[in-house]
Amino acid sequence: MAKPLEELTATAIRDAFLRRERSARSIVEEQFAILKEREVAVGAFLTVMQEEALARADALDRKLADGAQMGKLAGIPVAVKDNICTRGVATTCASRILEGYVPPYDAHVVERLIEEDAVIIGKTNMDEFAMGSSTENSAFKLTRNPWDRERIPGGSSGGSAAAVAARMAPLALGSDTGGSIRQPAGLCGVVGLKPTYGRVSRYGLVAFASSLDQIGPLARTAGDTALLLEAIAPRDGRDSTCTDREVPDYVEALEQPISGLTFGLPGEFFIEGGLDREVARALEQARRCYEALGVRFRDISLPHSRIDVEDGQLSSYAVACYYILCTAEASSNLARYDGVRYGHRSDERGDIIEMYSRTRGEGFGEEVKRRIMLGTHALSSGYYDAYYLRAGRVRRLIQSDFERAWEQVDLVFAPVSPTPAFRIGEKADDPLAMYLSDIFTISCNLAGICGISVPCGFSSEGLPVALQLMGRHWDEERLLAAAHAYQIHTDWHKRAPALEGG
Amino acid sequence: MPITREQVEYVAHLSRLKLSEEEKDRFARQLDAILQAVEKLNELDTDGVEPLVHVAPRRNVFREDAAGESLPREEALRNAPEQSEGCFKVPRIIE
Repeated sequence: MAKPLEELTATAIRDAFLRRERSARSIVEEQFAILKEREVAVGAFLTVMQEEALARADALDRKLADGAQMGKLAGIPVAVKDNICTRGVATTCASRILEGYVPPYDAHVVERLIEEDAVIIGKTNMDEFAMGSSTENSAFKLTRNPWDRERIPGGSSGGSAAAVAARMAPLALGSDTGGSIRQPAGLCGVVGLKPTYGRVSRYGLVAFASSLDQIGPLARTAGDTALLLEAIAPRDGRDSTCTDREVPDYVEALEQPISGLTFGLPGEFFIEGGLDREVARALEQARRCYEALGVRFRDISLPHSRIDVEDGQLSSYAVACYYILCTAEASSNLARYDGVRYGHRSDERGDIIEMYSRTRGEGFGEEVKRRIMLGTHALSSGYYDAYYLRAGRVRRLIQSDFERAWEQVDLVFAPVSPTPAFRIGEKADDPLAMYLSDIFTISCNLAGICGISVPCGFSSEGLPVALQLMGRHWDEERLLAAAHAYQIHTDWHKRAPALEGG
Repeated sequence: MPITREQVEYVAHLSRLKLSEEEKDRFARQLDAILQAVEKLNELDTDGVEPLVHVAPRRNVFREDAAGESLPREEALRNAPEQSEGCFKVPRIIE
């Protein structure tokens, strides 16, 4: 008797397909049976593409039968975050302003999925325009954490993380501007990787903050993460920041030895009151596991990513810097939603300025408006130097801290999130508290380096806890090898949330 | 620098966002709190630090000056809220 689909890694699904043990149709049918059974409880998807996926599966079965060369992702179901354009399939960014928008083209990463013979099964929920850390900012639905349905899945790629955690998809794509892949992956107990800035083309990714945005993979294992990264990383001239470096063999890199590596422990991250006790304990255990694998730990300093605690209130230069830069960039990027070429247009009559203002006032949700306002203010005459320029200078200081760290260590070892998943509604009315949930993930984006979130334990309430590793520019191979070595020696990633019985 | 309601209205105008009265009050309060948190950056001495705008190496990216394929007109217009005679239709701009 073959193993149930949900117990197979993406790599094993592909291999079963290529060995003709399972047809693509049977894989996709079983995947949709699981997806539909759990979607009511989890709410991970905005669009389910069953018809398209089954047609695609049949085409792949014929292609294999014809003896054609098959792609790296042959027969693997993949979920795609709804800010990544899919030709002919609604792409909303979880925003009313893009309700009904059907892109006339595929994003580069979607083209890559298709070229590698993956099967796209649906578009996942997210915080509107990727602005948020809980997926509560979606205009359309609530996504629940599969481990505790009273809690948020993290965000903004909360739908992708929840889908992978609930075994509704073995692989998913997300995007990460300040932690939007790593934080939900961590809170849902799956692996999430933010590639180096420039590693993956953003052509067809709806822009939020262009100097920070990056697309990346979510999966249950480091191996599957490597497989998906390898598929989406090839060069694309349509994003001028996309590198022309060769794509390394990330899957092969998994086996690179990690014994003898040095991990840096930023003292600024491990401070009293900055980290939930159970999170701190899980990280300490993970550290011992790495030491047993021959990794040396060394104290380092990232002074400009420092976390301060005053009267129980957290604050950080990196968070302050990020919320000026990302909102400034967003205020410019989101100027295109004007009700002319696509998306929502107000029914109210008036002149063109009135039409723009009403369209945008009606179409954008509260957090998006707040960020457009903040960014516009930061860029406005008289404030530019005080906010935008200063934030750019602090960004340089944050990056320089990492440059110094790389002289002493190979990777940086850090938390992903200060606490396990918080409750739905807990931070919904306090934007600042919500922004601080990204306190450990933001520096990686500001510095343009790569980072990975790996499950490393559970809280006493049964909520996933994760560790984060950050690496130099283009050092995804080492991140993946380190994550893989850890997963070989632990089984956190093998646990599944109990969702049966609704 | 506390944010006044007048400033919120000015920024909303620059942002082309029509806000309700209740939103204006709320945003004034919230933007004030966020900007106060951002004041933390003033603790740092940033004199002489070159602002970091792009983490990728700054270089010109060239391509062949060759005509590519454009989106067919019907496809480009398919998502338009209003269209007329093969164009996007907007309210009157010139009186």
